[in-house]
Amino acid sequence: MSADGLVNGLEFLAATPLLWLSLTLGVYLAAVLVNERCNKMPLLNPTLLAIASIVVVLTATGTSYKRYFDGAQFIHFLLGPAIVAMAVPLYRHTEIIRKSAVALFGALGIGSLTAILSSVLVVRSLGGGRELWLSMAPKSATAAISMAISGRIGGIPALTAVLTISTGIMGACLAGYILRLAGVKEWHARGFAMGLSSHGIATARAFQENEVAGTFAGLAMALNGVATAALVPLIIKLLDRIG
Amino acid sequence: MSTIFVLIVLQLIGESIVQVSGLPVPGAIIGLILLYAILMLRGQIPDEMSRTSGFLLQNLGVLFVPAGVGVIAYLPMIATQWWIILLVLLVSVCATIAITGLVVTRLSPRGIEAVEAVARP
Repeated sequence: MSADGLVNGLEFLAATPLLWLSLTLGVYLAAVLVNERCNKMPLLNPTLLAIASIVVVLTATGTSYKRYFDGAQFIHFLLGPAIVAMAVPLYRHTEIIRKSAVALFGALGIGSLTAILSSVLVVRSLGGGRELWLSMAPKSATAAISMAISGRIGGIPALTAVLTISTGIMGACLAGYILRLAGVKEWHARGFAMGLSSHGIATARAFQENEVAGTFAGLAMALNGVATAALVPLIIKLLDRIG
Repeated sequence: MSTIFVLIVLQLIGESIVQVSGLPVPGAIIGLILLYAILMLRGQIPDEMSRTSGFLLQNLGVLFVPAGVGVIAYLPMIATQWWIILLVLLVSVCATIAITGLVVTRLSPRGIEAVEAVARP
């Protein structure tokens, strides 16, 4: 192959969606393997490892995110059907949900308030600006919802997206350790805590641990999306009044 | 295969309902509610649906990778405040997970572990 042919070949590869699709799947599979080799250590979360590796590849090759996403969007697209599919384990575990409904609603209120207040108050006590704490307030809700809330209350939606994804990754990596320290053993409680605090990325982690945990994480993610949308504007108004 | 078709069609119906009604809910959530209703009417989960949905949810982690990579475009945005952000997220995530988990445990009725043990796949 001539040098020209090689360059043309590489350009073709970089332009075909298959390359970035393969890279995403391949890197994720490798990340799962690494995770399993290390006794499924939560810190070595496959989603985190895959995101970090792909960021390195894109930076090193000067590939734009748009070009990458042209290929990777086929994976992204499956998020919708995966959410619909959650109806199956929700239906299977209806009895546990019904039996623990009071506990779940109690935890939803207290947990959602904790997620919002702790982030806002700690930013303020560390001297972070108003834009930062407004963007931080809805971070535990799933990205689509948190960005919408952020825009409505005067935060920066793009910053909220970064904070939301970081919250998801942090929850997925740390939940195992935190819940062990707190002595929370039941799968439904573990899952609910993970989904409420850290939405989809921690829900993915919960499904890898146990189906009941995953189901309750998905449920908490949905409920906390609604709760956060309702509570954040109220809390901001209250804080503004106090000053 | 038939499950993938059902999931996509239900999401499509969900998106259409959202478009027409202006409900502030993602179309996929409407699809989820519809599938739940269908399962209730049938009274059982078809084997193939159980397998395919299990496969999708077992591999949920990879579905967040493309959007997660998008975060790189915004990394410079947090460059000056990264230590505040890290500290805040750490405190908030730890507090939220611990408190939520403890509240669910304390308020759940006795014997829920037994129900869970039966449900465990």
